[in-house]
Amino acid sequence: MSAAALTLEGVEVRFDTATLRFDCTVPAGRLVAVAGASGSGKSTLFNVVAGFEPPELGEVRILGEDMAGRLPAERPVSVIFQENNLFAHLDVATNVGLGISPSLRLGSSDRRAIDEALARVGLAGFGKRLPPTLSGGERQRVALARALVRHRPLLLLDEPFAALDPGMRAEMRDLIGQLHREEGNTILMITHHADDVKLLADSVIFLHQGRIVAHDDIARFLERRDLAAINRFLGND
Amino acid sequence: MSGAAENRMTIAAGLFGLGGILLFVGLAAAALLAQSGGVGAAGPLFDAYIWRVTRFTLLQASLSTLLSVVFAIPVARALARQASFPGRLWVLRLLALPLGLPALVGALGLIEVWGRQGLLNTALAAAGLSQPVSIYGLFGILIAHVFFNMPLAARLMLAGIERIPAEYWRTAANLGMGSSAIFRFIEWPVIRGLLPGIAGLVFMLCATSFTLVLTLGGGPAASTIEVAIYQALRFDFDPPRAIALSGLQIMLTAALLLVLKFIAPPPREGETTGRATRRFDGAAGLPRFVDRTWLIVAIAFVGLPFAAIANSGARADLPRLVGEAAFHQALAMSVAIAFLAAMISVTVTALLIRTQRLALTPRRPGMAAGLFAGAIGASTSFILLVPPVVLGAGWFLLLRPLGDVARFAPAVVVAINALMALPFVHRVLAPAMSTHATRTERLAASLGVSGFHRLRWIDWPALRKPLLMAFSFAMALSLGDLGAVALFGSQDMVTLPLLLYSRMGSYRTADAAGIALLLGLICLVLTVLGTGGEEKSPEGRGA
Repeated sequence: MSAAALTLEGVEVRFDTATLRFDCTVPAGRLVAVAGASGSGKSTLFNVVAGFEPPELGEVRILGEDMAGRLPAERPVSVIFQENNLFAHLDVATNVGLGISPSLRLGSSDRRAIDEALARVGLAGFGKRLPPTLSGGERQRVALARALVRHRPLLLLDEPFAALDPGMRAEMRDLIGQLHREEGNTILMITHHADDVKLLADSVIFLHQGRIVAHDDIARFLERRDLAAINRFLGND
Repeated sequence: MSGAAENRMTIAAGLFGLGGILLFVGLAAAALLAQSGGVGAAGPLFDAYIWRVTRFTLLQASLSTLLSVVFAIPVARALARQASFPGRLWVLRLLALPLGLPALVGALGLIEVWGRQGLLNTALAAAGLSQPVSIYGLFGILIAHVFFNMPLAARLMLAGIERIPAEYWRTAANLGMGSSAIFRFIEWPVIRGLLPGIAGLVFMLCATSFTLVLTLGGGPAASTIEVAIYQALRFDFDPPRAIALSGLQIMLTAALLLVLKFIAPPPREGETTGRATRRFDGAAGLPRFVDRTWLIVAIAFVGLPFAAIANSGARADLPRLVGEAAFHQALAMSVAIAFLAAMISVTVTALLIRTQRLALTPRRPGMAAGLFAGAIGASTSFILLVPPVVLGAGWFLLLRPLGDVARFAPAVVVAINALMALPFVHRVLAPAMSTHATRTERLAASLGVSGFHRLRWIDWPALRKPLLMAFSFAMALSLGDLGAVALFGSQDMVTLPLLLYSRMGSYRTADAAGIALLLGLICLVLTVLGTGGEEKSPEGRGA
């Protein structure tokens, strides 16, 4: 097996009513779907990896490096949420530019990089538009463009299609698959849809009540019938 | 009683209420205008004194607004960022207090901190500086206006910052945006959008401020239009001047209201939940130091006058004071006026809101109904147009020919206080009543619940809380009012603020401190009740 992109070892996050525990290893270059019912701990898992939520116990390693004490910006991670990924009052190019320089000191090569990234997500010439004038799908593609200019080896997608209609979902899914093949990065993607898992993922991390109860290659995951929660998710009877 | 008959009665009552308001305000304005006809119209308007007063009114309002807003920005930002600041929730509550404090009581607290014998000058003297800083004049007026308005501005800005989607902070953290980048790209755009509304509101409050300028202004050099009206009527007895000044004040407030209406959106109500959004910036280093410094400055600035009121009030001979006949009378008078004013204000407002809805209920309301509903909607702004002192001046002139003005004083003061509270009561009641009507109107109609039963079983249980809140806030406003009472007050009609003012004027400082403490406490309790002081407990991660 090649170097692990992400390793969670004995990670524990305590809430008032529940304690979540995560252990897993994700090999580099994979596109992993993270699934499970609401409240199963998917978002917390992401928050721990991205550095928004410090775990009480355990170790988070990205590309072999311990992330303890590292701020979100110091981690080799980009994050895209369900919505509100763009600052609504800043134009598209500026939003992407913040991925290159958080204080917006941009040179001409940076501007070219921004244009290129926008072209790669199919939004060439959209630089001057403001987010509210874009469709939901276009806004998510701008967020992808920003992730592209950041060149972080690990990309976390938190339900990136949830706010999109079915046609746009398919488009976004194709785009993510294509960018993933071109970049060779590692992607973790939270999703509620079995379709996304079947069409896009190499493997699946399945959470149930704050634990990772399954972590399988896609083919094996689709065969599973032993857990009621997975059956519900896949729509098996 | 059938629903239709009931609706007709409600509409009739609403018409009556609206007519009463228009008549009360209109008569005062007409009295002012009619009597100004006898005076050379151009003469007093260009009077050097009037010109100076107008200039000072605008100058102090502009400076007060600027200082309040500029001070509020770092305070709001610090509150938004420093979720773990010890006692953050208490700081928020402290910032809500000046809103409920009678201006006169606040002025007294400020004098104790900034005045000749106050903390500041004592400290300066100890440091070897002999020249005391005087709180009387422009300096004191500005300090007082910032004391009352900075917290308001900061709270409105904080509410705006808290409406920023949580993802923004995460994205900023993920992208590694620093403190200044976050301010430039996230916080400032939000604050900038709120500024016109907040600045407009603060400017309006400062331009029509009466009590603070009366107590802290130093003679004609530092007098606003409202105070000049009061002085013209009470001391110089110069009605033409009072009339000219009133006209000016109405023009000024009209211009301000127009500007506010067309340029600045009203600041969104959205009270802060007291719950801090999860932020990832400013947790350490220089930003945290800067934030904490601002918070400590703000706490001291807002908190010290309160502490001073409590401290000197507690040292006053409270048992003797409370036993005094003068205090009893003033308290009884104040409570009676406030109770009546609040009652009238809430009843009339509720009636107007209900009537407005009824008038607009048909899918295509007729022109009369539309006009009627529009008039009700405009009446709250109409009231703001004529500030209490101007309203009082109008009625003063109107009633003077009928004999001793003091005889009518209680009724006029009650009416002015009720009107004064109306816009605030409206702001509390209108959304609650509208939601309630949408929820229950059709159901109640289809079940045939109407009249008293509807009030008893459907309206009262649901609207009790907003009604009591509005009542409580209206009472606090009336109890703390000096503007209307100052013009009409006499031997026979002394309210608590008037008693306080006279004790301050006669240098009975200990008595004044005691009265201020009691009056402040009563008003603060009522305001806390009236603004729904409860906050949601923050949800958090255990250990």
